[in-house]
Amino acid sequence: MMFEARQAEKTDAPFSSQQYAAKDQKVSRRKEGSAVQADQVETDWAALVLRVRDHQDRAAFAALFRHFAPRVKAFLMKSGADATLAEECAQDVMATLWQKAHLFDPSRASVATWVFTIARNRRIDALRKARRPEPEELPWGPEPEPDQAEVLEAQQDTERLGAALAQLPEKQRALIERAFYGDLSHSEIAAETGLPLGTIKSRIRLALERLRQQMS
Amino acid sequence: MSIRHHLTDPLLMAYAAGELPEAFNLVVATHVSLCDECRARLASFEAVGGAMLETEDVAAMSEDSLALCMDRISGLSQATARRPLKRAGILPAPLADYVGGGIGKVKWRNLGMGVKQAILPTGKDASARLLYIPGGQAVPDHGHRGLELTLVLQGAFRDETDRFGPGDIEIADEAMQHTPVAEEGEVCICLAATDAPLKFNAIIPRLAQPFLRI
Repeated sequence: MMFEARQAEKTDAPFSSQQYAAKDQKVSRRKEGSAVQADQVETDWAALVLRVRDHQDRAAFAALFRHFAPRVKAFLMKSGADATLAEECAQDVMATLWQKAHLFDPSRASVATWVFTIARNRRIDALRKARRPEPEELPWGPEPEPDQAEVLEAQQDTERLGAALAQLPEKQRALIERAFYGDLSHSEIAAETGLPLGTIKSRIRLALERLRQQMS
Repeated sequence: MSIRHHLTDPLLMAYAAGELPEAFNLVVATHVSLCDECRARLASFEAVGGAMLETEDVAAMSEDSLALCMDRISGLSQATARRPLKRAGILPAPLADYVGGGIGKVKWRNLGMGVKQAILPTGKDASARLLYIPGGQAVPDHGHRGLELTLVLQGAFRDETDRFGPGDIEIADEAMQHTPVAEEGEVCICLAATDAPLKFNAIIPRLAQPFLRI
């Protein structure tokens, strides 16, 4: 059919799909390098989401898909979904990323964090079939041109947390993982994570204060 | 609004992980709507989820999955305008959504002595209700089997532990016996959620309990 043919054409558009793929691979190699380079890498994901948002860039989307879909699938399988359901839901999550790219605010959260919240909500729908009330949205961002320093900070927060998670004693990390995979009931979730959450909290807190001042 | 009583880390983490019963989700979402401090703490727990996803093992997607997803997004429009839920008077957006409007839309049922309640439609693993307590009036003395969250929306109450004003949340467990009393003046309106039926210490409310669904 013509429609499908047109889609295929778009999907295989030669101009950037391969470029992004190459970048993607470079990314995973660079990740093993210094922290500074790793930060650079995280910023790239945010830039790709913005390309999806601003230009409906399918090649950027494909790069995001290749990186995040297998992670979302693994997350859902660890949460108790079988491979078929996890694959389906990972597709849903990525389609949601496409549709809701305009809601992503790179100065508030990393792409990984944003994708996590989409995956979490999809899991609640699929596995628990419950509603999840969300907090009131604030009349802020995402701004058309986010402050690059803030974007970098948001991505670095996730990097730092990842490093801190890796350094936790095995038992403690397992407990946090179980909390996020739904293996713990809410009453079993421990108060102390041992993670450096204070910096992230302060960053968001400052941004909120600024917003409140602008509003008043 | 100066909030003195906040959500605990375990509650925020459980909400970030998506592991709370719906009734508790509602209370957390409502408090976070009012409290920047807890909103920022919630964001930090969501970042833990993000960091875990990023360091996560991968599960290979099937070969055609990208092509399938590409086909799929071709048929999807990208939403561009957001239509956020609106706050309605003293009811923050997530709560207004459950009530279907402002406080005037609440279908109260009398509990006696001017105290009223309205059960909200949530999943059965925990229950949520709005409470209407005239100034000076006590909520019947009760113990808990499980966890109870009480969020003040208007007015204030005091119990043996402290004073709770607008935005404050009291978190009580089974060890706690308390007698909340609404402060004189403005009617106290609260959102409460519990994962077990309340057990009242007075004989009459206890008899009434199954019928009131509390």
